[in-house]
Amino acid sequence: MKLAYWMYAGPAHIGTLRVASSFKNVHAIMHAPLGDDYFNVMRSMLERERDFTAATASIVDRHVLARGSQEKVVDNILRKDKEEHPDLIILTPTCTSSILQEDLQNFVKRASLISDSDVIFADVDHYQVNEIQAADRTLEQVVRYYLEKCYRQEKWDQFLTDTPSANIIGIFTLGFHNQHDCRELRRLLQDLDIEINQIIPEGGSVEDLKNLPKAWFNLIPYREVGLMTAIYLNKEYGMPYISTAPMGAVNMAEWIRQIQKKVNTLTLSSSNKRVDYEPYIDGQTRFVSQAAWFSRSIDCQNLTGKETVVFGDATHAASITKILVREMGIRVSCVGTYCKHDVEWFKDQIQGFCDEILITDDHAKVGDMIAYMEPSAIFGTQMERHIGKRLDIPCGVISAPVHIQNFPLGYRPFLGYEGTNQIADLVYNSFALGMEDHLLDIFGGHDTKEIIDKSLSTDIDLIWNPESRLELSKIPRFAREKVERNTAKFARQKGIETITVEVMYAAKEALAN
Amino acid sequence: MSVKIDETLTVECETGNYHTFCPISCVSWLYQKIEDSFFLVVGTKTCGYFLQNALGVMIFAEPRYAMAELEEGDISAQLNDYEGLKILCIRIRKDRDPSVIIWIGTCTTEIIKMDLEGIAPKLEWEIGIPILVARANGLDYAFTQGEDTVLAAMAHRCPESEFFLRERKETKQNLLTFHSRKKEELLEYANHPSLVLFGSLPSNVASQLSIELKRQSIKVSGWLPAQKYTDLPSLGNGVYVCGINPFLSRTATTLIRREKCQLIGAPFPIGPDGTRAWIEKICPVFGVEPQGLKEREERIWESLKDYLDLVHDKSVFLMGDNLLEVSLARFLIRCGMIVHEIGIPYMDKRYQAAELSLLQDTCIKMCVPIPRIVEKPDNSNQIRRIRELQPDLVITGMAHANPLEARGITTKWSVEFTFAQIHGFTNSKDVLELITRPLRRQKNLEDLGQTILVK
Repeated sequence: MKLAYWMYAGPAHIGTLRVASSFKNVHAIMHAPLGDDYFNVMRSMLERERDFTAATASIVDRHVLARGSQEKVVDNILRKDKEEHPDLIILTPTCTSSILQEDLQNFVKRASLISDSDVIFADVDHYQVNEIQAADRTLEQVVRYYLEKCYRQEKWDQFLTDTPSANIIGIFTLGFHNQHDCRELRRLLQDLDIEINQIIPEGGSVEDLKNLPKAWFNLIPYREVGLMTAIYLNKEYGMPYISTAPMGAVNMAEWIRQIQKKVNTLTLSSSNKRVDYEPYIDGQTRFVSQAAWFSRSIDCQNLTGKETVVFGDATHAASITKILVREMGIRVSCVGTYCKHDVEWFKDQIQGFCDEILITDDHAKVGDMIAYMEPSAIFGTQMERHIGKRLDIPCGVISAPVHIQNFPLGYRPFLGYEGTNQIADLVYNSFALGMEDHLLDIFGGHDTKEIIDKSLSTDIDLIWNPESRLELSKIPRFAREKVERNTAKFARQKGIETITVEVMYAAKEALAN
Repeated sequence: MSVKIDETLTVECETGNYHTFCPISCVSWLYQKIEDSFFLVVGTKTCGYFLQNALGVMIFAEPRYAMAELEEGDISAQLNDYEGLKILCIRIRKDRDPSVIIWIGTCTTEIIKMDLEGIAPKLEWEIGIPILVARANGLDYAFTQGEDTVLAAMAHRCPESEFFLRERKETKQNLLTFHSRKKEELLEYANHPSLVLFGSLPSNVASQLSIELKRQSIKVSGWLPAQKYTDLPSLGNGVYVCGINPFLSRTATTLIRREKCQLIGAPFPIGPDGTRAWIEKICPVFGVEPQGLKEREERIWESLKDYLDLVHDKSVFLMGDNLLEVSLARFLIRCGMIVHEIGIPYMDKRYQAAELSLLQDTCIKMCVPIPRIVEKPDNSNQIRRIRELQPDLVITGMAHANPLEARGITTKWSVEFTFAQIHGFTNSKDVLELITRPLRRQKNLEDLGQTILVK
């Protein structure tokens, strides 16, 4: 039992439902008590979805508790089959109903004998995995199911497409800026003359999954969801995959070079049509993306050495950290992720880019760390945005979990060259603007009112004389608390009881040395 | 009375495949209402994620509620429930120091048969903070019924009438001003047995209703729940109680059976007609002749005229998810609307008897047929009916609102009625404000022409 106010990743069935509702014409049935179908609300509200979410519940009530579901689940599956004729029905329990340990697999077997739709049981342990892992597994399960089915029916067509082609795996409903990222990737591949074989699961059809192996390689933009599928396809069909996130200019270049390598390996040596993307990378990096120029422009100088904290899912936190450090020259004091299951990779990625690493899914620990570090800006999830609000530190949202404002109508990819522009904007706007910052320093800030004592710490024994209070008020707001605390700390160390302006400056000097 | 209702009002029952909020959502408004409380929801990640998403921004405001998230060890009983809860409650006491901790039992605690009611008294004695247990789970209840389970549990903790008075005298003796004011107050009210109202309302709405009764010289001696847990009203034999919300049937039963209170069965004070009927049911119990109610109701209707023109002859379909449906429909029919269907999760014909009979009278008065009432509705059947009927307005949950709008059907989220102030004469306007908002918006966008936005 643990006390929890907030969680970064939802329960497993949410992941399964995200996969199901991303595909076209797939229906999910939850074996769940009344009220557990709030996924429909999330999708309908956050994504502003126009269609009814293809997820319903087979309600677990007192009767089910007493006698078992009996015919109920099967009847509900068959009813959906008749009413909506989906290609596939996925049955999943929720945390709650999985405790009942009903033989749902058996219901699925029975229903699939009668129904026209395919029926599968989402094979996910609700107490071992979270939303993200469950989504990853379910996607793999669906892909495996259809490829194996096709193999059994011997309708096999394993030939690769004539021209280079790719699958994009891992574009999801309720994913962080997924729709925009998808559009950006499409455009990129078009530029590179690579055909898109399939994009799954968002908007994909399960009937087409059998054609997945026709692509030359798979692209996994976010490693949280899709990697399992890619590994499966690699093992069974020898399909190569690229799991680098094309986020940030350096990663982009690496990503495109990997594609080039894959394409050239697979191109028949006789055809002599080896591709060279280097000119494209160069052109895009220098002129299409504004980010490289932006980092060099004098505006960005003000950001040099500013401290930040980054927190989010593994893909976004690692990529953003690298962008901040190597593309913008910003210092990352601490970077963390809540993807505890992918720690090895994460640590490996950010090696040498930050001072500290935090692996936790407890938002209080993240909050404490931020309060301790006092960075100039935070890049995190909606939770960190709130922590930032409380501590008066600006925050840019770079990762799920998200709110409705993270489903913008306008075009806001994080991936690709346009993504680099968006990220540069986000980073730049998150810091107090350079010149403004400077002027605040000179003229003593926007508000010259007396500071209301927030009394966060043990200030009781310290007295600030009027002059020192006035001096303190001249310090820009975002830095004031830090100065106040440092001065107090210094005074306490020296046994000083009354803080004067002199003490303040002595503290500053002591800190500088 | 109830026989007559059965003859004319029919309540159908469907499959129960409908969308509603989990009853644990009641913590969102109850923790705000009961200022010194702390709600601990004992459940799984599924429950936690629901609260986090359903309550949105409130999570960030450091609410006085949390999850006791059950892990695999708890489920398989490898860990000791008592010790687990003890550690959490001690931490809560240290961090927040609440006057009461309310444990919300969920589906999971039901299924694994965690003995919350057995553990609570022992732990209460050990840590020195009252612990209430409310089983607000989705196996048995829908949405607002969560409040019902909490209030029913709280009713047990209300002090006994006489004892309470003595206790109060002792503690309040130093507040002399309070005493003198009390004497003055006594003159304004008729001498009558005490009346306790039950149902959680924002404090200003609660005082509006109290003032409404004060005009009839009836004194409300307490509310269940009060603003603070430590101010719970005294109950007992001879105390009259009256509900202000249609979903409080368990609380009503508890008050009658366990606390020996007398229940005043009345329609609910939603809309001017409901408020008037509510007061008119209460007055005779205390031998008071209601004064000036007719005029007051008429004045309110007069002030609603602009809205009434908008809704007149418009049709409405209530899909049903929060149990306010019958009262709302009754008010809307009185406003001149045509109600196609009243979906409702659960219908307690005894507790809602007066409300149902007012619905019936209203229909006769307005010359419209009594709408069908569908208990435990089936959402996919309902959507089919909505497509056939093409109502002017569908009152529905958020899962269906956007998809219906995209198909050219105007909707209003039902959840808003649970959070908005809709009780009493004063707030009648707010109900219509909510109801007409989508209609007005539609009017504003009329010239755009695109009503169907799906392929």
